[in-house]
Amino acid sequence: MTTVPLSHALLLSGVLFAIGLSGVITRRNMILVLLSAEIMLNAAGLAFVAAGSRWLAPDGQIMFLFILAAAAVEVSIGLALVLRQSHLAKSLDIDAAGSMKG
Amino acid sequence: MNILFCAAAAIAIVSSIAAVSRNHAIHAILFLVVSFVSVSLVFYTLGAPFIAALEVITYAGAIMVLFMFAIMLLNLGAHAVHRERQWQPRIVWIGSGLLSLVLLAELAWTFSRNGAQTGNLPVPPAQVGLTLFGTYLLGVELASMLLLAGLVGAYYLGKRSGASVNTKGASDDDGPA
Repeated sequence: MTTVPLSHALLLSGVLFAIGLSGVITRRNMILVLLSAEIMLNAAGLAFVAAGSRWLAPDGQIMFLFILAAAAVEVSIGLALVLRQSHLAKSLDIDAAGSMKG
Repeated sequence: MNILFCAAAAIAIVSSIAAVSRNHAIHAILFLVVSFVSVSLVFYTLGAPFIAALEVITYAGAIMVLFMFAIMLLNLGAHAVHRERQWQPRIVWIGSGLLSLVLLAELAWTFSRNGAQTGNLPVPPAQVGLTLFGTYLLGVELASMLLLAGLVGAYYLGKRSGASVNTKGASDDDGPA
């Protein structure tokens, strides 16, 4: 099994993180903002797994599991908010979320 | 194995760019599934087969199905793509793209000075499990509390708000307006 340089794996995670970041900044559709946040979380997990693989330690993979749990909670709450907001404001515009109360 | 890594990385980058730039939400989600499957292949080449399986099951499976359900519940029509195009002229990508590129350049400069190699052996799932339920047991419990809080929060947010329960419930057959 030939190995992958650690810098390549970290660079891939950096590229994915930058793509997700530009998506979060740019998109106005709430669903696509959540989707870009998923890309960013996944990229952070990739960096953890790559670093864990560097020292042959399971800790990086365990951090990925915790990120997975946090991402699952984040996306379920986020989508519940999106559904509620689209009922109230009849729009998926993230700017309309400024009127959200309570 | 390195060719496998590079191919999977290229597919992941291209499909992630496609996912954040599509106007049609379902297309974006399908591109993101492709991206997650290729990242799962990257995990496999990095010697984390357990995480590769979890990536496909949880991210590409469960979380994307959740997105799919949300979009189906919202009942977006054909006008949604048109409105998305109005919201998102190409010029708005310039600022955020430049900002991300600066961040990426900094990261690339930092990483490129590191000559380390990733491990030449996979970390077996048994070792991950033993460490997870040994050293990190408290973290597992905290994660379960977080998931419970998420469940309660999603239930509360998904519930129709108090005053309009009956009127909303009566007109439920019409579907979301």
